[in-house]
Amino acid sequence: MIKINVDMNKCQHYGQCVFEAPKIFKLNEDDKLEYVATADDSELGNIEAAIDVCPMQAIFIVD
Amino acid sequence: MSEGVVVVGASMGGLRLAESLRRFGYAGSIKVFGNEGYAPYNRPPLSKDLLSAAEIDFAEVAFPQRSATADVEWHLSAGAVSANLSNRQITISGGEQVSFEHLVIATGLRSKRLGFNTFPADRHALRSFDDAKALRSKLAVGSKLVIVGSGFIACEVAATATKLGCEVHIVSPSKSPMDRALGDQLSAIVKLRLEAQGITFHMRSTLQELIGSDRLEAVALSDGSTIRCDTLVEAIGSEANCEWLAGNDLEISDGLLCDGSLRAVKASGGTWSNVFGVGDVARFPNPLFDATARRIEHWNIPTESAKFVGQQIAASYSSIEATAEVFRPLPSFWSDQFDMHLFGLGMSYLADSSKLVHGDISGDCVFEFTREGVLVGVVGIGHRSVVQNYRSVLER
Repeated sequence: MIKINVDMNKCQHYGQCVFEAPKIFKLNEDDKLEYVATADDSELGNIEAAIDVCPMQAIFIVD
Repeated sequence: MSEGVVVVGASMGGLRLAESLRRFGYAGSIKVFGNEGYAPYNRPPLSKDLLSAAEIDFAEVAFPQRSATADVEWHLSAGAVSANLSNRQITISGGEQVSFEHLVIATGLRSKRLGFNTFPADRHALRSFDDAKALRSKLAVGSKLVIVGSGFIACEVAATATKLGCEVHIVSPSKSPMDRALGDQLSAIVKLRLEAQGITFHMRSTLQELIGSDRLEAVALSDGSTIRCDTLVEAIGSEANCEWLAGNDLEISDGLLCDGSLRAVKASGGTWSNVFGVGDVARFPNPLFDATARRIEHWNIPTESAKFVGQQIAASYSSIEATAEVFRPLPSFWSDQFDMHLFGLGMSYLADSSKLVHGDISGDCVFEFTREGVLVGVVGIGHRSVVQNYRSVLER
């Protein structure tokens, strides 16, 4: 399993991650980011892509 | 094979290229050469959070490095000074020659500077971590800042400095701040909001003279006025680092001209099959918009172009074909200034017309940008979901 953490002090809710890993990230009705904190290993590529495109570099995989 | 892939440029583009090569199965040698003394780091915070931090810490901007790229050779403070593409060799600043099988050019941009020689200690640009450290030391309550230029970096520095208690003037020959990307209407709205926060604009003006004895004390403008200041920030745009490629049958007048697969174009015709451009330095056509080759100075381009090129190169070492043969990225940009969160998709600066499509100009709002009636971009203040929903339309 992969554990994901988003630093919500850094996150500005641009939603770039949503397009790279739609199973993990979404913008809710108030334009705020929501995410699931654990994911299957098969999502690793998508999560790394989401990390790469985050303008705030606020997404981390927790060891 | 053993000479492998050589990347010139050890910033975000170089890092993402190395990651992409490994992800797509390339297991050979990767050597990355960069002229800065730092491992790859993220530049956007340099004009925002990092510039207002009490203590500037490199760890705040360093990109995390992944285990897949642990065996990449990083050569820092070792930029390339020349290349001989026919011999498949580059020369590093210390004089060492390095051979390659594939060369990736990711040397990025440098700040343009004004043509003054005086007061070097009081004149700043902002591109690198060291630039940010130097400028940070000048920003204190009561500091008087003149910023030349009115693009994104200029306005972000202005917002950050104002929040730190500095008195900030922006001097620019443009009509309105960030008007190339925002268009006349949105740019005018943003200008009013920045003025309300205390920034003074001197538009349609240029700097004529720097005044002072030991230190900078004032600047004289083309409109005849004088502004007292202790620090000058030159945010007048960038130029591509590609002089080191001279003499190689390339087109390098404004960045490295590349074809639609990001291979370097030969000035004599055709392309170099084993030489690629990545990131800000690359000038390439984007079929999402038209056939004109352009440099795109947006943060997502190094990452997207590196992924594309990494896949092309990795495919050449295996029997697996690359899935995409033409690079067609959707540019995106954002900017945080005070409580304003600007976010754009596409190439609004190609537009001949813009119109409000969502929200209200007194609050959060979204503008569409069209060229000859065709949508080329969308930019919003807030309303990120509305802007994001244009992605599929723009990627048509």
